[in-house]
Amino acid sequence: MRGWSCQSHPRTVVIKMSRYFIDRTAKIVVFVCGSISFIILLAIATFIVIKGLPVFSEVSIPEFLFGTQWNPDRGLYGILSMIIGSLFVTIGSMVLAVPLGLACAILLAEVAPLRIRNLLRPAVELLVGIPSVVYGLVGMLLIVPLVRQIGGSGFSILAASIVLMAMVLPTIISIGEDSIRSVSHGYKEGALALGATHWQTIWHVMVPAARSGLMAGVILGMGRAIGETMAMIMVIGNSPIIPLSPLSQARTLTGNIAVEIMYAAGTQRDALFATGIVLFVLIVILNSIAIIALRRGTAQHVS
Amino acid sequence: MSAKASNNLAMVFIWGGGCVTVLILVAIIGYVFFNGYQALSLDFLLTKPQGGLSGEGGISTAIVGTFYLVIVTLVILVPPGIGAAVYLAEYATDNWFTRIIRYGVETLAGVPSIIFGLFGFAVFVTVLHFNFSILSGALTLVCLLLPTLIRTAEEAIKAIPRDYREAALAMGATKWQTIRHVILPAALPGIVTGIILCVGRAVEETACLYVTMGGSANMPTSLLRSGRTLSLHLFYLAMETNAFDKAMATGVVLIATIIIINALTNFLSRRFQAKMSGRA
Repeated sequence: MRGWSCQSHPRTVVIKMSRYFIDRTAKIVVFVCGSISFIILLAIATFIVIKGLPVFSEVSIPEFLFGTQWNPDRGLYGILSMIIGSLFVTIGSMVLAVPLGLACAILLAEVAPLRIRNLLRPAVELLVGIPSVVYGLVGMLLIVPLVRQIGGSGFSILAASIVLMAMVLPTIISIGEDSIRSVSHGYKEGALALGATHWQTIWHVMVPAARSGLMAGVILGMGRAIGETMAMIMVIGNSPIIPLSPLSQARTLTGNIAVEIMYAAGTQRDALFATGIVLFVLIVILNSIAIIALRRGTAQHVS
Repeated sequence: MSAKASNNLAMVFIWGGGCVTVLILVAIIGYVFFNGYQALSLDFLLTKPQGGLSGEGGISTAIVGTFYLVIVTLVILVPPGIGAAVYLAEYATDNWFTRIIRYGVETLAGVPSIIFGLFGFAVFVTVLHFNFSILSGALTLVCLLLPTLIRTAEEAIKAIPRDYREAALAMGATKWQTIRHVILPAALPGIVTGIILCVGRAVEETACLYVTMGGSANMPTSLLRSGRTLSLHLFYLAMETNAFDKAMATGVVLIATIIIINALTNFLSRRFQAKMSGRA
């Protein structure tokens, strides 16, 4: 603004000031853009909490978290069966995906020749890219009938774990590969020079050195598994019961929200937002652990 | 077991893991293509879905809906996304505020789609009265995609060699002139890669759109009309009808789109990296 009051050489002054004025304005604009994601994060947390809290005037927090019955028609809002459902499919998918993902990460980082790597990596990227509804559809028409052969309706924790395994595999593989690759070369050469076999070097030297990054990959994979919605709705059956066997139907926290939010009103809607709070808190905790693990991983290798 | 034998056994296991992963991918794509290609025809692409429980008709409105949603999303997403990337790459110093912002980006990236859906449902659909519409879906999607775009664009900007900045500043350019006329043009291919990546994710995304877009099978004629994307259409077909062949055919279209998008991002990012390392 000062420039406009300076009248001696109006034109040059205006041009000069505008240049610096733009520079300063740009800094502010860019700064505001930078803060948007954090503002969105805060807004999400705030809105979900505001929308979800009223449910606790109807049911107490322990009743909500540990109640075994979800029956909005009778005013019962216990989400324990969904928490267990989400937990079981997450554990199930991890049991299947971690060994496979670790093997694949080692293959990509250490074992495979360049040509194979250039084939494998786009395949892993494509696994990330396939829409979750396509996974759900294949799960419904291919995996569910297979599980039905073992017993039950087929819509089950087991089917959901198998579908989720394919979905979290790329996360574990790509982060795992990066962290194994970033282990300093000295470690590997030292072990080989001592006469260790390639596998001994990988298993006793490289994998332990990369463990923070590998952990981060697994935790981020867990986050993806807990957060997955559409594919789960399609293969898990969505009955809000506590699953007692891998062949039992179940409902996940995400599925609970998606299945009922469109027609829910009043306390039921509040309860669904409260389900969102539980999910959000779980995810933020998992992600924070992963972020810390990843940072520790990089710090180790730099030092 | 001798060291040699365990070494060989482990290698078998590792290669086996790689084979199984490829097999999973081939099985999924093969299954969808094999079951979907019969229902796929030009007619299928160009007729409108009937809606309702029959699952009859094609996917024309879903294709239009997807395009519409992606374009609206990009228009809202790209300016602040690039702005934030410029801030993090060029302006941010290492202090508590920057750390908070970075934590925000990293955490937001891990928040599940359905939580964004809840947020969009509460804010855009209910409070702001955009109802179930393309606009509500697009705004929700912007929140979800922001971290992806910020990260990729920041990487692209950071890949520009220091010389570029120093040369521009030495010639008397202000910081913003340097960014606007030197750094952003040089980083453009990298940024475009990030944008295409976002398009891919917008095409895949379902959960957050399921609760914000309404899923009407009619042609979305305005921003405030309800609509459906290809992914949503597939979901409705699979859950509410018996038209599994049409669901599979929609899946073929989706997978083909993703393959093209992945090939494009790989091609662009390889060229960008080659250019940067060549000139650095």
